[in-house]
Amino acid sequence: MNKDDLEHLPPHGEAIGMSLVSVVGRVCTVKVPYAEHLVGDPDTGIIHGGVITATLDNASGWAVRCHEDWATEMGMATLDLRIDYMRPAEPFKDLMVQAECYKLAKNIAFVRAVAYQDDIEDQVATSVAAFMLGTPNTPRADS
Amino acid sequence: MKILQQLRDEGRADDMQALLASIPYARFLGMQVERKGNEITTILPFKDSLVGNVNLPAIHGGAIGAFLELTSVIQLLFDTSCERLPKTVDISIDYLRSGKPVATYGRAIVTRQGRRVANVRAEIWQDEKTRPIAAAHGHYLLTPV
Repeated sequence: MNKDDLEHLPPHGEAIGMSLVSVVGRVCTVKVPYAEHLVGDPDTGIIHGGVITATLDNASGWAVRCHEDWATEMGMATLDLRIDYMRPAEPFKDLMVQAECYKLAKNIAFVRAVAYQDDIEDQVATSVAAFMLGTPNTPRADS
Repeated sequence: MKILQQLRDEGRADDMQALLASIPYARFLGMQVERKGNEITTILPFKDSLVGNVNLPAIHGGAIGAFLELTSVIQLLFDTSCERLPKTVDISIDYLRSGKPVATYGRAIVTRQGRRVANVRAEIWQDEKTRPIAAAHGHYLLTPV
């Protein structure tokens, strides 16, 4: 799957201001520009952890769809997401996320991701996620 | 003026709705809090900008994660007097059911509170409290007053 196919943003991604910067192999890079409505601490102007959560989740999902074994018609759902916050994101700077799907098994995809600002070695947060594959992509009759 | 200090000075230290209103990101999500006695429930009314999957449609996993985290932090601040907003150290989220395009409710419990770190569990649900759509547990760094 290439960058153009992925670029279709979910409404929540759009509301946060996410964009897909690049897809190189199994690695997706996503950017979120700093914005006032993303602030989590009015005293410091630091963006909320939830923004980082949403971006890590979205980038991780994209990384699954970048994997060479991904089949376009497959549905998928986040099973779990674990995030470690290393340091607050500095105000007024873009947030970057790089995600890699390191294993796409029959039913589950495993993804690790890192959030950073200027330097990928100076991490804001890291995450690991598991996605269930082959989930329905149309509304279920019983729900 | 620091927001928590300001609320304390105004005698509204437990006014979690006022606190949410001061957090731009919580306003952006549209999050609210309801208090009954000493119990608080957070509410995330549905709106289109929360959608992550337009086919189902389902609420974005990131919005669910953010709601769980804010629910945990609000409970923590309701239970504890802090100098600054708690910092999330880590959070682990289990996605249990897809989030339908309706209102979501949240409850959290502080499972352990140390001097510097608190452990908090949160659960969110839609139609039935016994059928949560997601759960989280996390660690938060505190700055007690």
